[in-house]
Amino acid sequence: MSSAGLEIRAISGHAGSVPGAGLKREFEVCKLIDTTTCIGCKACEVACLEWNGLTFSETTFNNSYQTMPETTWNYWNLIKFNEHEDTDHGLMLLMRKDQCMHCEEPGCLAACPADGAIVQYVNGIVDFQQEHCIGCGYCITGCPFDIPKFSPKSKKVFKCTLCADRVTQGLEPACIKACPTGCLHFGTKPEMKELAETRATQLREVSGFANAGVYDPQGVGGTHVIYVLHNATNPEAYGGLPSNPHVPWSVKLWKGPIKWLGNLAMLGGLVGVAVHFMRYGRKRVEEKPNGQDGTAHE
Amino acid sequence: MAERINHWVGSVSYLYLLITGLGFWSPYLFWLTVLVGGGPTARFFHPWIGLVFTASVVVMTIHWRKEMRTTEEDRVWWKEIGRYIQNEDENLPPVGKFNFGQKLWFWLIFYGTFLLLLSGFGLWFTESIPWSLRFLRYIAILVHVGAALLTIGGFIIHVYMSTALEEGSFDSMVEGTVSRPWAREFHRLWYDEVSRQETTRK
Repeated sequence: MSSAGLEIRAISGHAGSVPGAGLKREFEVCKLIDTTTCIGCKACEVACLEWNGLTFSETTFNNSYQTMPETTWNYWNLIKFNEHEDTDHGLMLLMRKDQCMHCEEPGCLAACPADGAIVQYVNGIVDFQQEHCIGCGYCITGCPFDIPKFSPKSKKVFKCTLCADRVTQGLEPACIKACPTGCLHFGTKPEMKELAETRATQLREVSGFANAGVYDPQGVGGTHVIYVLHNATNPEAYGGLPSNPHVPWSVKLWKGPIKWLGNLAMLGGLVGVAVHFMRYGRKRVEEKPNGQDGTAHE
Repeated sequence: MAERINHWVGSVSYLYLLITGLGFWSPYLFWLTVLVGGGPTARFFHPWIGLVFTASVVVMTIHWRKEMRTTEEDRVWWKEIGRYIQNEDENLPPVGKFNFGQKLWFWLIFYGTFLLLLSGFGLWFTESIPWSLRFLRYIAILVHVGAALLTIGGFIIHVYMSTALEEGSFDSMVEGTVSRPWAREFHRLWYDEVSRQETTRK
């Protein structure tokens, strides 16, 4: 999704420096999702489809409010409904809006081999540029949140853009615009962090949720989508939100030490055979005086 | 003839896989994908050509399985590998149609291809691996990269030896024959056997 005008911080699969890096100042943006005031109306889902021009998909019914099981390549924003039994609060219906978390250290971008297919803007938005995507799916492996989804039709991967196109124009993302309860907020990271902490304190001190807290996982350097949770000690209860997400160790190994060792080994091999050739030369077959110059078979 | 055609299918498909694979390996080599039609095209064909390469390895295995078994002579030869490296072939213990180095290379490709195929399916159909089994996605990447690097190491040596180092090797890949002196020098036991067969046929 093109979003001209945003300063770029990091480019996937890119050899060399980022053009224009550090040229302009920009605020780091953040989406705040207060799961405690979400009513599960799915207005954000509809707004996401509307704004991004995505097609409506067939829904499923499994005796719950969960009419779509997962986000898909053309369904980037999905509320996950989870029934949760709590000794202090009885049966709770936990509702969490699931979408790209816009990590500070994005695993998708680290894993991507295609130049410019994933960019991270200075404002923190991680955006896929489908015109450069080669459809390898490495971003799917790199993501600790299971967000990027492959489109078999176009052979490209898609996900939430945090409405980078709207943000460029000074608008909030479509989901935030649509939210009727005000459980979604959009602003700068420090502001949202402060608001989230205020709400979490209120939940702890006034509403009796002793473990209420803010989800801003440091394993991926923090995220540009943060949650207020009734129980921050058990994010898994909110439809599999990982308690300590990080870029998979195999992706880190692969893009770090293995890459350098591999490059060294390959270069070493080439240099090795060249040196061997210069030192020992060709293996020549000397013509023996009595040898016929005939041929032997395969 | 079948062996030669199959070997060419293997070489060309391996080269394609190498070029595209290196393109995906490093941003500094991504330009390689431009040579074969650009990133998305390279990504589209890489797995299919991988299947072609696998097929050629299967055929090679059918052709050479028996001849690639390690023999007593190989152990003797392997101890003298230093002489082989120093091009003192005349002082080496005699070997059959394939020397132990060639056999190692064959089995490296055999097992390497097996691992690349398995992990390749994991990369090809990443989303078919359920989220709960995602460790398989992570392992697939490491296995694919590791096995690819091992075969590249062997490939460098293999191509160097058969083109630059050994006079007559590359010609045999095209023409299917080697000269008698060549066979006597490098594969004495095989030379003896073939000569014996010829004598009896006469």
